Amino acid sequence: MVPAYNESATIAAVVQALRCEAPEFDALVVDDGSTDATGLLAHRAGAKVLQLPFNVGIGGAVQTGFVYARDHGYDYLAQVDGDGQHDAVELARLLETMTEGEVDVVCGSRFLTTDHRYPAPLSRRTGIHIFAFLLSRILDVPVSDPTSGFRLYNRNAIELFAREYPHDYPEVEALLILHRHRLRMREVPVRMYSRGGGASSISTGKSGYYMAKVLLALFVGLGRRPALAAPDGEALGAEQAIV
Amino acid sequence: MTRIQLVSIVGAAVLLLSVLEMVRRRRLMERYALLWILSATVLLGLALWSGALARISRAIGVIYAPNALFFVGIGFILLLLLHFSAAVSRLSDQADTLAQRQALLEERLRRREQADSSVEREPTPDGLAPGQRRQQLPPAEIAPGQRQSTVELEPGVVASARRRGPAQPPDAT
Repeated sequence: MVPAYNESATIAAVVQALRCEAPEFDALVVDDGSTDATGLLAHRAGAKVLQLPFNVGIGGAVQTGFVYARDHGYDYLAQVDGDGQHDAVELARLLETMTEGEVDVVCGSRFLTTDHRYPAPLSRRTGIHIFAFLLSRILDVPVSDPTSGFRLYNRNAIELFAREYPHDYPEVEALLILHRHRLRMREVPVRMYSRGGGASSISTGKSGYYMAKVLLALFVGLGRRPALAAPDGEALGAEQAIV
Repeated sequence: MTRIQLVSIVGAAVLLLSVLEMVRRRRLMERYALLWILSATVLLGLALWSGALARISRAIGVIYAPNALFFVGIGFILLLLLHFSAAVSRLSDQADTLAQRQALLEERLRRREQADSSVEREPTPDGLAPGQRRQQLPPAEIAPGQRQSTVELEPGVVASARRRGPAQPPDAT
């Protein structure tokens, strides 16, 4: 699944790379109300395209992919950015980690590798490291790159996130939700490239809001009651009935 | 500590705590909570730190310092109202878009259903036109509708059952 908002410069190449390098996956592009030809180009490149009628934001777009995967009975869902930052070849490594270690989510981390091809600006890296520090303490698992959008989910995680996924800047908070529902995650080193084109959804003006929102979500999230059982347990039925 | 200061402190603290509690219960999205938290924190700060409040009241020419607190509070209320007006505008715009897309989808679905039923009612081997056939067999009028809904449901069920089968290789998006 590739969430994309105005990524016409790169989306066709991303879809083609996915179809070549990861043929066991079906390519799905969630076009988050792009005003350019992103959806059309993705369709021409051979992806299934879910076209949202307006821009709902990254969280809502990604959740569309989870709902699609849940309703169509997929066992795994991989999330890849539409800007060419991620290398489809490395999906194989994520899948390998998922099947050998008993984890529900595998995240690609740009900081676990010495092969630095992604020179993130210092302010951005500082923010990422603050979130990483907090999450590592909370989850009790080393987390180095909590904002990474290169992830592989299994059926448990798909069903959880189809029900509950954060709205704005969701990556960090999603890991917390995962933890609250007793699902496990692990990171693997991946290479990340600079954007192939287009603009990041996080401009400098928004990064202050990003920090504030995610920190609020983290601290408030800590105060929420932990889930009673794993999502496939009996407690889920009760929770669904209440909500 | 004057009585009005105590009331202000308690009021601002209750506001701050209820906003945080609403976020925790998911009654309030973080997106809309941040401005509330900012307002409540500033009001609480001014209520606690009367020196700053006195300075503000002098700067804006208010003689009775607690009135400056109301002044600041009203400023935040205006800001919040403007914020919500902008949010409501965006939401009604999105609701319009959704309604339009749904109308288009329904029209497409109706056209598709008509096309499907005209294929079904194509002249039959016995040479009767669809209308005649319907008159001849009144009970069949209910049957096609029922059959259609079953047919529509089945492929999806079968497809998802097949995909989830353990013998299949990992199938993912």
